[in-house]
Amino acid sequence: MAEVLLVASHLTKRFGGLAAVNDVSLELRLGQVHALIGPNGAGKSTLTNLLSGDLAPTSGQIHYAGIDLAGLPPERISCLGVGRSYQKTNIFLPFTLHENCRLAAQSRAQRPWRVFSRAAANEDINAVAHEVLDAVGLAPRCEALAASLSHGEQRQLEIAMCLATRPKVLLMDEPLAGMGPQESQTIVALIQRLTASHAVMLIEHDMDAVFAVAHRLTVMVNGEVLASGTPQEVRANAVVQQAYLGDEHGALDV
Amino acid sequence: MKQTKLAVALIAILLALALFPLVGEKFYVQLMTKVLIMAIFAMSLDLLVGYTGLVSLGHAAFFGLAGYVLARAAPQYEAPSLWTSLPLALAACAAFAAVTGLLVLRTSGVYFIMVTLAFAQMLFFVFHDTPLGGGSDGIYLYAKPEVKLGDAVLLNLEDSQVFYWFALGAMATVYLFLQRLLASNFGRALIGIKTNEHRMRALGYATFRYKLASYILSGTLAGLAGYLAAMQFGFVNPEILGWHTSGGVLVMVILGGMGTLHGAALGAFVFILLQEALSNEAWLGPLAKHWPLALGLFVIAVALLLPRGLAGLARRHRG
Repeated sequence: MAEVLLVASHLTKRFGGLAAVNDVSLELRLGQVHALIGPNGAGKSTLTNLLSGDLAPTSGQIHYAGIDLAGLPPERISCLGVGRSYQKTNIFLPFTLHENCRLAAQSRAQRPWRVFSRAAANEDINAVAHEVLDAVGLAPRCEALAASLSHGEQRQLEIAMCLATRPKVLLMDEPLAGMGPQESQTIVALIQRLTASHAVMLIEHDMDAVFAVAHRLTVMVNGEVLASGTPQEVRANAVVQQAYLGDEHGALDV
Repeated sequence: MKQTKLAVALIAILLALALFPLVGEKFYVQLMTKVLIMAIFAMSLDLLVGYTGLVSLGHAAFFGLAGYVLARAAPQYEAPSLWTSLPLALAACAAFAAVTGLLVLRTSGVYFIMVTLAFAQMLFFVFHDTPLGGGSDGIYLYAKPEVKLGDAVLLNLEDSQVFYWFALGAMATVYLFLQRLLASNFGRALIGIKTNEHRMRALGYATFRYKLASYILSGTLAGLAGYLAAMQFGFVNPEILGWHTSGGVLVMVILGGMGTLHGAALGAFVFILLQEALSNEAWLGPLAKHWPLALGLFVIAVALLLPRGLAGLARRHRG
C-alpha cells in the first residue's frame, strides 16, 4: 500500500448552526489521486480550506508529517509541504507570469534579510519559475502580464504557482474549471505526471477527468461523506447512483 | 535601454540639485532644503502606502518623535553631537514602530488608518501635556548638531549651503537604498503583499513579519526626516506630531503617485513650492490668506484627473 502522507480525521466546520463540513475523514497517499466529488455546496471547498489553513476546523485533526495541522496558519501549512490551487483564480494580476511564479518559488528560499541582492538575478529561483511555467504549458508567455491571460490560462498559472512552492501534498480545487479541451488535456496529463511524486487531492466536476486520474473517490453531499472507495466501488454504489451520478450506466455528467 | 535612460535622468537631476546652492539665493536654498527633507518623509511613507499597501494617517508620530529626541538629547545652549543624537533619534523611532507595529498591523484598511492616527495623537498629547515636551510652545534648539571627528569639524551644518548638501546626501542615500530594497526578494514580497496578501500567505509567506519590518523601516526613515527638519527649523513643537503633518505627507505621496519613489519626492517638491507660492502676499495680495483652499483645489484636480499622480503624467508622455 502506498505511503499515507496526510490523514484528516473527523473534521467538522460549523458556521453558526450550519455544519459545512461534518465529520469528514480521508487519507491522501503518495502516488495517488484522491478525487472529491459532490454537488455545489457539498462542502468540498470548505474541506480544502480546512486542510490548507484558510479556515480553522471546529473539531477534528489533520495529521501530516507527525504534527496536527488543524488550526495552523496557512503560511505554516504551505511551508510544511501542503500546497493548494484555488477554485477562484487567485494570482497577482499586475505581475508577469514569470514574476508570479518567481514570487511563489522565492517563498521556499526566503532570505528576507538579504535586501541588497536583486531578486530578478537569483538564478535558482528563476529556474524553478521557468520549470513550472513549462510544466503547465505557459512557458512561451512568461513575460506576459497575468491580467492579460484568458481564464483558462489563469487557471494554469494558478497551478504553476502552487507547484513552484514544491509541495508534497497537492490540494487542487477545480483545476479544470473554465478550461478548453486542449488546456484540460495538458492539465490532466500534468496531474498524472505529478501523481508519481505527490499525494493529490482533486476536486473536479469534469467526471471524465476524475475517472481518468483518480485512484480513490470520496463523494460528499451536504457536508458529509456519502461514499468513499475506489472509482469502481463508488460507481457501483447504489446510493451514489441515486443521489448523484444518475441512473444510466454512469452517465457521469453533472 | 530604459534602465540607462532612467539612470541618466537621475544623475542629471542629482547634479542639478547639487549645483543649485551655488546659484540660488539663500532663501531658495533653505526652501529647497525643506523640500529635500520632506521628500525623505514622503518616500518613507510611500514604502508603507505605495509598496506594502498600508495607508497610515499617523506617520507624523515618527517625524515628530525624532525631532523631540534631538531636542531632549541636546545640552541646553550647546550643540549636540550628530554621532550620538542621530542614532538615538532613529533608534527611538524604530522602537516606537516595533511596539506600535505589533498592535496596528493586526488591523487593515480603514481600521489601520484609525489606529495609526490614534497612536500619533497619543504621542501628540504626551509631548503637549507632560514635562517631557515643553507644552504647546515646544523646545528650542540653539545650535545644530556638530559633525566632528576628534576636534576637527567635518561639516559645518550652520552654513545653509552645507546643510543643503547634507540633506541632499541623505535624500539621495534614502532613495537609492529604497530603490535597491524594493528590487530585492524582500521588496518583491512587500509588493506581493500589497497586491494579494491572502495568496502570499498561501504561498508560505509569514506576511505579518514582512509588514512589521516594512513598518519599522518606514518609521525609522521618517525619523531621519524629522531629525533633519527639527535641525533646520531650530525648534520642535507638538504641531510636527499632529494629524495635519500626517495628512500633509500623505497628500504629497498621493499627489506624486503612490508606489513610485520619485513620485513621492516629486509630490513633496510640488506641495511645498505651491504652499510657498500660494501663500505669498507679494504675489497674490489678500488671496494669499486663503492658500489652503487653492492648494486643496489643486490636490482634488490631480486626484480626479491623474489617478497615478504627477509621476504618472511623466510616464504617459514618455509613451
